[in-house]
Parts: sequence; structure tokens; C-alpha cells
Amino acid sequence: MSASLDKGISVLKEQVDSTVASFFSSCVHCGMCADACLFYTETDDPARTPINKTEPLRRIWKSEYTLLGRIGKMFGLTAKIDEELLTEWETLVYDSCTLCGRCSMVCPVGNDIALMIRKTREGMAAAGHAPEGLIGATTRAVTIGSPMGVKLPALMAQIKHVEKDTGMTIPLDVVGAEYMLLLSSMEIMNFPEFIEATAKIFNKAGVSWTISTEAFEATNSGIQIGVSDIAAELVQRIVDAAEKLKVKTVISPECGHAYMAIRWEGPNLVGKPFNFKVRHILEVLDEFRKDGRLKITGKEEQRLTYHDPCQISRRGGVIDQPRNLINMFSDNFVEMPDHGKMNWCCGAGGGVSSNERADEIRLKVFQRKKDQLDEIKPDAIISACSNCRIHLEDGLEEYHMDIPLMSLTETLAEHLAD
Amino acid sequence: MSEIDFLSWVRGPGFQIAVIIFIAGVIIRFAEILFLGRKTNLAEAKGSEMSSGLRTIVTRSIPDRSTFKRSTFTVVAGYIFHIGLFVTIFLFAPHILMFKDVIGFGWPSLPTQVVDAFAVVTIIALLAVLGHRMRNTVLKFLTTTEDYIVWLLTILPLITGYIAFHRIGMTPTTLLAIHILSVELLLVAFPFTKLMHAFTVVLARWYNGAISGYRGVES
Repeated sequence: MSASLDKGISVLKEQVDSTVASFFSSCVHCGMCADACLFYTETDDPARTPINKTEPLRRIWKSEYTLLGRIGKMFGLTAKIDEELLTEWETLVYDSCTLCGRCSMVCPVGNDIALMIRKTREGMAAAGHAPEGLIGATTRAVTIGSPMGVKLPALMAQIKHVEKDTGMTIPLDVVGAEYMLLLSSMEIMNFPEFIEATAKIFNKAGVSWTISTEAFEATNSGIQIGVSDIAAELVQRIVDAAEKLKVKTVISPECGHAYMAIRWEGPNLVGKPFNFKVRHILEVLDEFRKDGRLKITGKEEQRLTYHDPCQISRRGGVIDQPRNLINMFSDNFVEMPDHGKMNWCCGAGGGVSSNERADEIRLKVFQRKKDQLDEIKPDAIISACSNCRIHLEDGLEEYHMDIPLMSLTETLAEHLAD
Repeated sequence: MSEIDFLSWVRGPGFQIAVIIFIAGVIIRFAEILFLGRKTNLAEAKGSEMSSGLRTIVTRSIPDRSTFKRSTFTVVAGYIFHIGLFVTIFLFAPHILMFKDVIGFGWPSLPTQVVDAFAVVTIIALLAVLGHRMRNTVLKFLTTTEDYIVWLLTILPLITGYIAFHRIGMTPTTLLAIHILSVELLLVAFPFTKLMHAFTVVLARWYNGAISGYRGVES
């Protein structure tokens, strides 16, 4: 047994807790999770059935934590984990799953299959079976501070542009600010309009806010690849900055997994509760709306729909807020079939977009989103995750669909009354 | 061994052994699961774990519309044979007498003809489920030997019970003894196979609801 396989097995053992054991004990092989997963529905490949992706973890649970499995192991009857299995499962666990969690909503016995796959990734990564693309992104996140290699000078250049274009000042490293805004590399490089939009809204709302030059990156490749140590290190950078600046609330930007990482996994990764709040930008904006801090002018007349980013809606609990906000500037909002907590993933979350090997399949499974869109034929799609947005644009182009993508925050900013 | 000896054994020592293995097995399995424990969630909660967990235990029995459309057969056949099993096991007068004998109290029964009809429907549903399992691509892929063994152990008491009730073929004594033996096989296998889901489903659904509810999502 190689050292890395050994490590992978020991990491998998650490993943098994009472939730995992109840889940595996309850699976009846009904196959309903397959019908909930776009990687199965759009490929008809039974190997991509969600519960099958957890096989390495299941073998560990069975052989280490069940009486029958342990007895079987003594006689060499319980299935083992080897390099061959992990090699085969690498593409299932990383390329054919976005951790979207739709299977977890459908499983009749209540298995949180996405959580089980997330845990399986921990073992896969420790055993050296993570995809090159994700390893690269994670390495850059640790050494450079961003999975896309975006450094502070790049952010400063974008900020300078925004300041020059708008005459606003972007507050940097302000001690005692109420809000500390995080950004994703994707926003810094591809959608700097997000910085401008947020600044405009925050200034109008009259709240104090800041961006830390020491921790501005919101994304966390550690939770995508499944290496908790790295994920914790990335979270700690944000915690340190937030504590240093004594901010009350850290804002996760329009990025799905960033919200999962800092809001829900963050305190558990670093091992202690935060002494500041974490909110998604849409939660903050909806609070502004409730407080009457958002004055809106003009309506979008086109037929709008909202694509729920999985980690923000189904896995994150921010479902009503985007709809409240969209209704402020639209009278022509239409829901996709299966929206909200049952929305279908775009097909590129959970590290799939960082994994070039999955490029073909992520575009193939986009067919599911296409079918959803075909049913309502919207004029434009609003979303709140830069990664969804990039992939949706990619998918729409691939399928020759001409529907523009809009950011919720940016669209809201455009409708702010003077 | 005469048929009387056979019946005495399955009603006496055989039954005791099966029940002891069943109860001890279920306790061991629960202990295996619960002693693993889980870490306290340190993130600021957005909803209650307890109430969401309890809600999901109930609500997960009803699939959302789109899931029902995609998995119609599994849901419908699943419902039929689960209800059928409940009725045939717990609402058949002779079974209730047996329970009363063992645990000290009973409850009202359904007319035998009604239970008989349920038995037939359940057997048909289980046969359909098997056919589906053998033909559907996903199920064929997922299915293990254990799945077939469990299927057989589940349908055997229904078939032997049906035959015993209608006294087909052998003497009533032998038929009853075979029926009881088939139930004992089911009891012995129960804790160590997926049959255990009948109990652990409560835990799994609770955890699912609790994990989601903590984040403010009804699952």
C-alpha cells in the first residue's frame, strides 16, 4: 500500500460520523437520486448515480464501523479500497458532481448524499486523487491568495478604474467599519462592475464598509478539492482580517461556494465560532430593503428569471431574498420549473469549472438548464454567483441561445434612485 | 422430526433465538451509529435543528412533484408494498393475537378478507419491484446480492403466509411452521442488512432535516 493511499484511507475513516453511518445504513438502492442528478439525467450513465459516487467512503464505513463488515474483513470478504478504485472514482467524485445537493433533497430515506460526496473528496484528495485543475487552483489560493492567481495590485488597478469612472472612493482597510466585503477572483477579473455596484448601493444606503487588502478573496478551493487543512487556512485569513478591522459583518459576494465556505463551513474549519457575522450580499441587500434604505426607480420590462446558485439557495438558505429584491425592479419575473431549493445546478459548481477535464461533461449536462429555460423562454437571466454566470454564458453559447446574464447586485444598482 | 415437533421448535426455541438476534442486532447497529457522534456545528444557526429534523422525518415521505414525475414507479410501488407490509404484519387478527401473547397487549384488526387482498397486492407489488430492479439501468447497476436476498426474505413470509392461510398443498401444521420459519429468517437478517432502514430512516431523515434546517432550508 502506498503512503498516499494509506493517508487517504485514514482521512476517510475520520469522515465517518453518526450522520454518515445513518445514511449508509438507510440506503435501499432505490435509485431515485439518479433522477435528481443532472450528471445522470443528461448522460444516462448509471455510474453517475449520486450514491454510487460515495463508494470509497461506504467501503470504509462498512469495513471499519459495522460488526458484519469487521467480521467480513477478518476473513477477507469485505470490499477494500485500492488505487484502482480511487482512480476510477476520481472522475465520478470530481468531474460528475458539483455538490449541488439536489440528490440530498430527493433521497426518500433522507441521505445527505452531497455531504457524503464532499466527505469522500477529503479522502480522494489525501490519497492524491484530485484533478490537476483543482490542485493548481488550490496551490495558487494558498501561495498567491487567489485560485486564479489574482494579486493585490490587480484588485487595486480595478478599484482605481472604478474610482476614476464614478468619482466614488472605495474604502480600504477601514478599522471599525460595519461591513467587510469579500470578492471572488472572478469578480475582480471578469466582473469589476460588481465592485462599482456594491459601492454605489452601500454609499446610497449610508452604511460604513470596507475591503481588506489583506483578505479580499472570498473563494475557497480547499472545500472544493476537499482538503480541510487548506480550507481552514483560507478561512483563517479572512477571520484575521475581520478581527483586525473589528468589522461587525463579513459579506460573501456573488459566489456560491464562497458563501458555503465562510458562512457554514468556516467556523467549523477553524474550530471556533466567529466573533462577527457572515452574510451573503443578497441577505445584506434584503436587509437594506426592509429598512427602507433602497430607493428604486424604473422597472425592467423584459421577462426575467432567476437562476438559484445551489450553495446560496438549496445549501445556503438564501432563497426568498433574491426574489424580494428582483420584485423591486421587475413586474415581469417568471420562475423556472423546479426553482428555489429544487433548482437544477448550472453544471459547473463544486470545482467542476476549475477542472479542465470536466469541460465536455459540464457543457453536456447544461442541457438540463436549457430544458428548464426552454419552458419559460426568459429575455434575461439573473443570478448571484459569478461561477454560475460564466458557465451559464458558456452553456448558452454552446447551445446557441441568446439570453443575456445579469448579476442581481449590479441590476439593482442600475435601478437605484438618485 | 414430525411436523408437530417442527412447529413446536419454530414457535419455541426458534422464535426465541430469532427475536434475541433481532433485538440485540438492532441495539448493536444503533450503538454503532450513535456512538460515532458528530461535531457540534459552530456556525451561527439560521434555524432549529430539532424542529427541522422532526419535520423532515414526516415530509420526506412525500416527494415533490418533479421527483414524483421522474420516479413514479419507484414511489408508487414503494408506497404500495410498504403499506401492504404494514397491514399484513400488524392488522391481521392471528398476528395481533401473537403480539398480544408476546408483548401483553393487542389492537383492533382488519377483516381477514381485506388483509388477504392486501397480501395479494403486496406480493404483486414486490414482484413488480423485482422486475423493475432487474430491468432498469440504474437499479441493475446499483443492485447487489444483498438486495436480492432481502427481497426474497421479504416476500417469503407473504407467500408462505398466503399459502398457510388458504391451506394449499401441505397440512396446516407444516404450512404454519414454514411461515413462522420464514419470518424468523427475516428477523435474523434484519439488523445486518438494508432492512435496518426501517429504523435508521428516522435518524437519516432527522439528520438531513437538521443539517438543512440549521441553514434555514426546509428539506
